[in-house]
Amino acid sequence: MYKIISKRELNPTVTMMDIEAPLVARKAQPGQFIILRVDEDGERIPLTVAGCDSEKGTVKIIFQIVGATTELLNHKNEGDFIQDFVGPLGRATHTEGLKKVAIVGGGVGCAIALPVAQKLHELGCEVHSIIGFRNKDLLILEDEFRAASDKLIIMTDDGSYGEQGVVTVPLKRLIEEGEQYDEVIAIGPLIMMKFVTLTTKPFGIKTIVSMNPIMIDGTGMCGGCRLTVGGKTKFACVDGPEFDGFEVDFDEAMSRGMMYRPFEQEQREHVCNLFKKEAQ
Amino acid sequence: MPNMSLKKNPMPVQDPIERGRNFKEVALGYDEATALDEAARCLNCKNMPCVSGCPVNVHIPEFIAKVRELDFEGAYQVINKSSSLPAVCGRVCPQETQCESKCVRGIKGEAVGIGRLERFVADWHNEHCTEAPRLPEQNGHKVAIVGSGPSGLTCAGDLAKLGYKVTVYEALHLAGGVLVYGIPEFRLPKSIVQKEVDTLKALGVDVETNVVIGKTLTVDELFEMGYEAIFIGSGAGLPRFMGIPGESLKGVYSANEFLTRSNLMKAYKSDATTPIMHAKKVAVVGGGNVAMDAARTALRMGAEKVYIVYRRSLEELPARKEEVEHAMEEGIEFRLLNNPTKIIGFENPDDRRDPRNGFVTGMECIKMELGEPDASGRRSPVEVPGSEFVLDVDCVIIAIGTSPNPLIKSTTGGLDVNRKGGIVVEEATGLTSREGVYAGGDAVTGAATVILAMGAGKTAAKAIDEYLSGK
Ligand SMILES: Cc1cc2nc3c(=O)[nH]c(=O)nc-3n(C[C@H](O)[C@H](O)[C@H](O)COP(=O)(O)OP(=O)(O)OC[C@H]3O[C@@H](n4cnc5c(N)ncnc54)[C@H](O)[C@@H]3O)c2cc1C
Ligand SMILES: Cc1cc2nc3c(=O)[nH]c(=O)nc-3n(C[C@H](O)[C@H](O)[C@H](O)COP(=O)(O)OP(=O)(O)OC[C@H]3O[C@@H](n4cnc5c(N)ncnc54)[C@H](O)[C@@H]3O)c2cc1C
Ligand code: SF4
Ligand code: SF4
Ligand code: FES
Repeated sequence: MYKIISKRELNPTVTMMDIEAPLVARKAQPGQFIILRVDEDGERIPLTVAGCDSEKGTVKIIFQIVGATTELLNHKNEGDFIQDFVGPLGRATHTEGLKKVAIVGGGVGCAIALPVAQKLHELGCEVHSIIGFRNKDLLILEDEFRAASDKLIIMTDDGSYGEQGVVTVPLKRLIEEGEQYDEVIAIGPLIMMKFVTLTTKPFGIKTIVSMNPIMIDGTGMCGGCRLTVGGKTKFACVDGPEFDGFEVDFDEAMSRGMMYRPFEQEQREHVCNLFKKEAQ
Repeated sequence: MPNMSLKKNPMPVQDPIERGRNFKEVALGYDEATALDEAARCLNCKNMPCVSGCPVNVHIPEFIAKVRELDFEGAYQVINKSSSLPAVCGRVCPQETQCESKCVRGIKGEAVGIGRLERFVADWHNEHCTEAPRLPEQNGHKVAIVGSGPSGLTCAGDLAKLGYKVTVYEALHLAGGVLVYGIPEFRLPKSIVQKEVDTLKALGVDVETNVVIGKTLTVDELFEMGYEAIFIGSGAGLPRFMGIPGESLKGVYSANEFLTRSNLMKAYKSDATTPIMHAKKVAVVGGGNVAMDAARTALRMGAEKVYIVYRRSLEELPARKEEVEHAMEEGIEFRLLNNPTKIIGFENPDDRRDPRNGFVTGMECIKMELGEPDASGRRSPVEVPGSEFVLDVDCVIIAIGTSPNPLIKSTTGGLDVNRKGGIVVEEATGLTSREGVYAGGDAVTGAATVILAMGAGKTAAKAIDEYLSGK
């Protein structure tokens, strides 16, 4: 059992938690993830390591409430326990030798991007961050990004904060203005990452994307997390989760991500109803 | 007087139609009278050919003699000297190619039902003997085991009985390896595996789930933590795919994924939180135990039609004979000498948002025929040109084997693997190229059997004991 040491709501649909897991905290690197089960008989879901404190033995996770499991997790409070927590899984972000990088985050993907930005910043790399949200209420981690970036651009779909528009607009502008990036790292919804690669491709700037297919074991045993990358089958949990964005078959990944949509919706309603009943 | 009947006592089983709709165990086991009748078929042969057919040399005539004397616990103790998992092996060993293949009664008629008797004895023991195991005196040495499949559990148990302080590290949230995530409930009830794990814990073994060796901790760190020897029983690894078009469509599973969802994550239950596709028409590609399990699981989950698609003929099917028979009785259709060439998905070019887009609608196969015998004397299948046809299915499960997981190898310096990626060991001891590191089971041999994995765990436990007591 793994104890929830702290919990904070970042916005109405995104929550941050510190979980006591000393073995994971000792090892985790930016880009890696954990798999958890909230309770006995629960589903295994992957979440990125959003930071860790190896002295306190805690691992930070930031999750968006999208379905049954994240809903359940969000109903847990400080001092409660979660059943299983395993990691760190996947490969760490490659940060060596980078001098100037643009980090593009979308929505909760910003939580995954932040530790990468922080690490690069620490290593002395110039970091330009572009983070996008649907509106001002959904904005998260602004201060943290500001501290880790040499330049920060915030975008909202409706213009309620920062600039109005999608993240690819300022990215293209910066590149056209002559910024020479060694790499662009894009983390967010599949559709956003796809458009980031379409933006950078004409300029030939290496673009890394962080893939989030459905996973079960996370150790390379089941093959459920497979993706087509450069025409080859890759397992995101062991070969990734980061891949060369120019090689990834995004359309296939988007299609596979929808596989259980009706089931997921039903499950979430079920959980919500349970909590509603309890509250009555 | 021995019982000279040419036939084995049949195994009582659940009705094929009924069992195709539930996950309860198919084979029900002998009752006492049947076990005695079957035991009476053993001739107690002096040269014991059957024993040489068993990979761990269970003293078969000796345990069967005890059964005849109604000393069931004594029979259990005989088996237990060679095998740590009799309730499991009695159920899942491919007896027809092992112990029973050598039985003299099989020359004219059917072999003695050794596996069935073994199961009877183990179940009797589990039901009647609840005595807690005697805690061995600790010898102060620490050993770590990687993986909780049959090889790891056996190695842990043997060492614990010798007084070692043993910790088993398991990547998943539940111990048991393939016995819990692969082999389905209807063939091996999970309570049996749980009992084995509980027995280990009662012996003082620590089972640490949620630890991936190579990630959470490395082999080198285990040594730093004070473990003096390490056994790696991490299993067969990554599922293989065929490399044909359409393998990423929705509705295509590896057997590992399909079985993990249904067994480990209990997706077969209606209130499960892990989703699985309840397909109507399913094709399973492959002919081993894994393929049979996937096919029969799909049937129990409500499929109306389930095909086994296998590129060779019936004789070459590598699955246990009993499972093939059970699958046929349950109505699974065998498409032998057929090879998949392409998986076809739904496409609506006018509406990209059509929810049916990308789901499997069929699998194209080509017919095969057996060609001339090759160098090994085996007739390999060759395609019949122009014989392609489409099988109407909405789900495809691929069960064509695995390739080793590089996770431990890539994080452990000095650990040699062979060309195929299996860990290289000294056969008599299980010692790897690293001092103090032993390995066994599927991680060494590639996908094999429970009994071989168990045997490898035993061999390594013995070698580790020799190594550490000499230290
Ligand atoms: C490597 C990786 C890192 C991730 N990191 C984060 C993170 O830091 N923060 C965050 O909010 N989300 C992250 N995700 C996504 C997160 O795992 C899903 O949102 C979560 O599993 C949803 O579970 P649910 O039961 O609440 O929702 P569901 O209703 O089950 O699903 C909602 C959505 O999540 C996807 N999903 C469902 N189950 C899984 C699963 N087992 N694995 C992957 N995706 C799944 C579905 O395709 C669907 O799009 C990550 C995913 C991966 C693969
Ligand atoms: C569906 C199916 C049906 C089968 N049917 C039969 C049958 O009828 N008869 C028969 O004899 N055999 C059968 N087999 C084969 C048999 O189950 C295996 O040969 C046997 O389980 C191998 O045992 P093992 O101990 O080597 O590994 P496994 O049982 O594979 O266990 C390995 C364990 O190690 C864990 N692990 C892996 N990597 C790590 C790591 N890095 N750190 C920590 N833990 C790790 C895994 O999670 C797993 O729990 C079947 C196999 C399958 C998949
Ligand atoms: S362990 Fe397996 S092979 Fe050996 S006697 Fe028992 S059933 Fe036969
Ligand atoms: S070979 Fe058959 S008959 Fe002879 S001892 Fe073995 S089981 Fe009994
Ligand atoms: S999640 Fe099972 S192989 Fe990646």
